[in-house]
Amino acid sequence: MSAPSGLPLPDVNAVPYDVDAIRADFPILEQTVHGRPLVYLDNAATAQKPEVVIDAIDRFFRQQNANIHRGVHALSVEATAAYDAVRAKVRAFINAQDDREIIFVRGTTEAINLVAQSFGRGAVGRGDEILVSEMEHHSNLVPWQLLAGQVGAVVKAAPITDDGELDLDALRAAFTDRTKLLAVTHVSNALGTVNPIAEIVVQAHAHGVPVVVDGAQAVPHIPVDVTALGCDFYAFSGHKMFGPTGIGVLYGRAELLEAMPPYQGGGGMIASVSFEGTTYAPIPTRFEAGTPAIAEVIGLGLAIDYLNDVSFEALMAYEDELVGYAVQQIGAVPGVRLIGTPQERVGVVSFVMDAAHPHDVGTVLDQDGIAVRAGHHCSQPVMDHFGVPATVRASFALYNTPEEVDTLVGGLRRVNEIFG
Amino acid sequence: MGNLKELYQEVILDHNRSPRNFREIADTPHHAEGHNPLCGDNITVWVELDGDVISDASFIGNGCAISKASASLMTQAVKGKRVSEAKELFKSFQKLVTGRVSPEESKDLLGKLILFAGVSQFPVRVKCASLSWHTMNAALEDAAEPVTTE
Ligand SMILES: Cc1ncc(COP(=O)(O)O)c(C=O)c1O
Repeated sequence: MSAPSGLPLPDVNAVPYDVDAIRADFPILEQTVHGRPLVYLDNAATAQKPEVVIDAIDRFFRQQNANIHRGVHALSVEATAAYDAVRAKVRAFINAQDDREIIFVRGTTEAINLVAQSFGRGAVGRGDEILVSEMEHHSNLVPWQLLAGQVGAVVKAAPITDDGELDLDALRAAFTDRTKLLAVTHVSNALGTVNPIAEIVVQAHAHGVPVVVDGAQAVPHIPVDVTALGCDFYAFSGHKMFGPTGIGVLYGRAELLEAMPPYQGGGGMIASVSFEGTTYAPIPTRFEAGTPAIAEVIGLGLAIDYLNDVSFEALMAYEDELVGYAVQQIGAVPGVRLIGTPQERVGVVSFVMDAAHPHDVGTVLDQDGIAVRAGHHCSQPVMDHFGVPATVRASFALYNTPEEVDTLVGGLRRVNEIFG
Repeated sequence: MGNLKELYQEVILDHNRSPRNFREIADTPHHAEGHNPLCGDNITVWVELDGDVISDASFIGNGCAISKASASLMTQAVKGKRVSEAKELFKSFQKLVTGRVSPEESKDLLGKLILFAGVSQFPVRVKCASLSWHTMNAALEDAAEPVTTE
């Protein structure tokens, strides 16, 4: 094809993306399962790790291991520097304004519990309302129910539409003068829906309501800019973005964090301790009691480098096409009903089949080396909305290929043969 | 593929498609609910007793092929058995699906139920096969609390 002037049109698909080279960075992808090449489509549960992350952790324990912030010896100084450098890297990764706004936690779950207990107990009182959405992961629901129980507040859920999108009109109408907090996911782990967080934050702030965003499923797929989003808190897990387990991040606006009491007490989070009283360290140290997951923090730093090297621009173009192909191909298998048909989707395709229960589908696919998740995905309210006990969830990452989608579809056809 | 054929035997698929005794028994006090929180499966089992003989057994539930077929075949297997015999069956069935006895060894006792031997090759599916049995056991003991596999 050429432009009228005779010049060749720029190829819009020409974002350089060498998926084979990317796959070669992930050693586990060479495995076979039940004698078949592994087709790993359970990335929303946890993503695989590139060699650079694995090597960094190995190197840390072989050459750098020491505790941080407490030794004058060379190893401790080196470990401390490596650990602190990742904080700045995370700040840049999500475009926060200040390194002190980055708190290392165990994962999304711990981040949200920290906000619920340390911020929530001060911000929410008897008779108040905590607003969540119907599409939350249990980790962004149960901590609020616990808080509500403790302070005598109620949790209200804003509904989703039958396409699996947030019902923005209903959300707008759900704010009352008793609403003290909004907790909402950036991307749904059960449906793949991307929520318009910036717009939601503007609404919430117009009612004076702070916003906690669950970013667990967003960070491996889209660039996150907490400054542009305007949210007050943002939580995510390292292991879903190609980093290690046991490490996650809570971003909080400095002004809010500074006013919050510690979440846990222990070593490292104090300014001075005596029996008369203890004063707490400034943020972020105040929220990092005890020896942190040092090797995992360093591994997370390498995962961020890895994502930056691939570039979100390239991986988004690639994944958009891949997931679009998956939606189309899976949806075309006889007897498949897609659960969630949002306009804006990343990573996840959820579905049920007439012929078989999701568990049976999962078992058949596993025999072909295909790893998917079958279940309620810690999102029972979403399952209730769609009137299903469970779904099959295929979730994609930057190393998956259209050929793997074809293998999956072949497996689904076999399900129809076996159970039809 | 061999393993899959053993798991999803024709008879199991048939009971999944058209489960037997898939109904409520309205006037028996002996019923219980079972729940597998991992997959969201739910089942209710009813048993009717005539003295210590199970004169009728039924279930209603929502679940995978293995759990449905297991419940269906169970209701057929326990009908006419004494309570103590049904409990023995449960024990043998558990041993079969966890691979602790061979189908040959338990054939005399279990009859048709040895079709579930293939489950032992799929450890995560053992709970699917045994949920209905746990639930029947609870119904026999008139348990007030729902049974859960977790
Ligand atoms: C949307 C969402 N929120 C929270 C979590 C919890 O993350 P983690 O288990 O890493 O704390 C998950 C992961 O399962 C998730 O998908």
